[in-house]
Amino acid sequence: MTNSVHDLGGMDNIGPVIVEENEPVFHNDWERRVFSLTLATLAAGYFRTDEIRRTIEDMPADEYLSTSYYEHWLAGLVALMLEKNVLTTSELASGKSERDEGMRLPPLPKEAAQFAMTNPLPANVDAKVQPRFKIGDRVHTRNMHPMHHTRIPRYGRDKEGVIDTLQAVFLLPDTNAYGGPDTPEHVYTVRFSYQELFGPEASPKDSLYIDMFESYLEPA
Amino acid sequence: MSEHDHSAPLPDVELRVRALEAVLKEKGLVDEATLDTVIDHYENKVGPHIGAQVVARAWTDPDFKARLLADGSATIAEIGHAGLEGTHMAVKENTAQVHNLVVCTLCSCYPWSTLGLPPTWYKSAPYRARAVRDPRGLLEDFGVKLDDDVEVRVWDSTAEQRYLVLPARPDGTDGMSVDELSELVTRDAMIGTGIVAPPA
Repeated sequence: MTNSVHDLGGMDNIGPVIVEENEPVFHNDWERRVFSLTLATLAAGYFRTDEIRRTIEDMPADEYLSTSYYEHWLAGLVALMLEKNVLTTSELASGKSERDEGMRLPPLPKEAAQFAMTNPLPANVDAKVQPRFKIGDRVHTRNMHPMHHTRIPRYGRDKEGVIDTLQAVFLLPDTNAYGGPDTPEHVYTVRFSYQELFGPEASPKDSLYIDMFESYLEPA
Repeated sequence: MSEHDHSAPLPDVELRVRALEAVLKEKGLVDEATLDTVIDHYENKVGPHIGAQVVARAWTDPDFKARLLADGSATIAEIGHAGLEGTHMAVKENTAQVHNLVVCTLCSCYPWSTLGLPPTWYKSAPYRARAVRDPRGLLEDFGVKLDDDVEVRVWDSTAEQRYLVLPARPDGTDGMSVDELSELVTRDAMIGTGIVAPPA
């Protein structure tokens, strides 16, 4: 959902940044398992990255803020597996497969591990789409609040900025997060002044750069 | 491998993960060898040492640096470090005039293939909120005091491109080799929450 608590940029009173010295990659074994289960099922093509972003963002706000990163992954992965009818709540409770339907998915490909490590997911697409904007163009970000997944942060909506970089063509997360339809769009890095985003009291020198899909933008 | 006391009841999250893993394995959708390989790769193979090599090379090879800043993905791939969450890379150079800071406000996007998996603080709500709201205050908390005439550029990675900061090369490093230089480069300096200190 778009305006939920995951959209944290610019919020106040969230608490101090706590740095753990010499932090290990994983703090315990269940984190390793959640991480690798998610990557294996992603590499097997059972879901798209944008889909698990969506199911994580759909966590209730209080739960989202009070649980750890890998608990987010667990919640997101379980929600997707249930949504796609790979598993049932009863199977998750018992830890045993109770039916064959889930087996209709293709088995994990042999190269899944390699894929999850070094073979980049094709996040960009080879679509012949003409970019609407060019570097230096002034753009206005849409004042949009859709009731679905999106990747335009709230603090960057209804603002004026300048196209800094033209990136590749990617699938629009707003539809990709539901498994499609595929909507290839150019992505731009857009530069905003701090004063445009946070008012005249903000630094006159500093800038914020946000990666924006083309349909989030209109000419200024 | 579990680090809890085996005589104590398993925490709920651990039970849920075990059940999920058991069902996925029983259905043949994941297998142990794949899981182990993936864990080993991210726990033991990738990490900030890769980014440090990229940075040290850029400090010593002007052509490499120019290519790196112009096309991060291709140039990092050139030395063998492409991969998941690092397919599209942009490298931003810190100078005496400009300080770059990287965040992902909507989730925790991070250049896995050059820095490994992100630290907890990078993924935390306070960092994601404050990097945008008050980058200079945040940097001070990390021990980075910027002069007022330095321009701060915050990069919010909301799409598929991942960002690596190319920190400034510290004084007192003339004549050092790429490997010696890479030892000086910290993970935080490549996120933008640190600077590279001169050798002690």
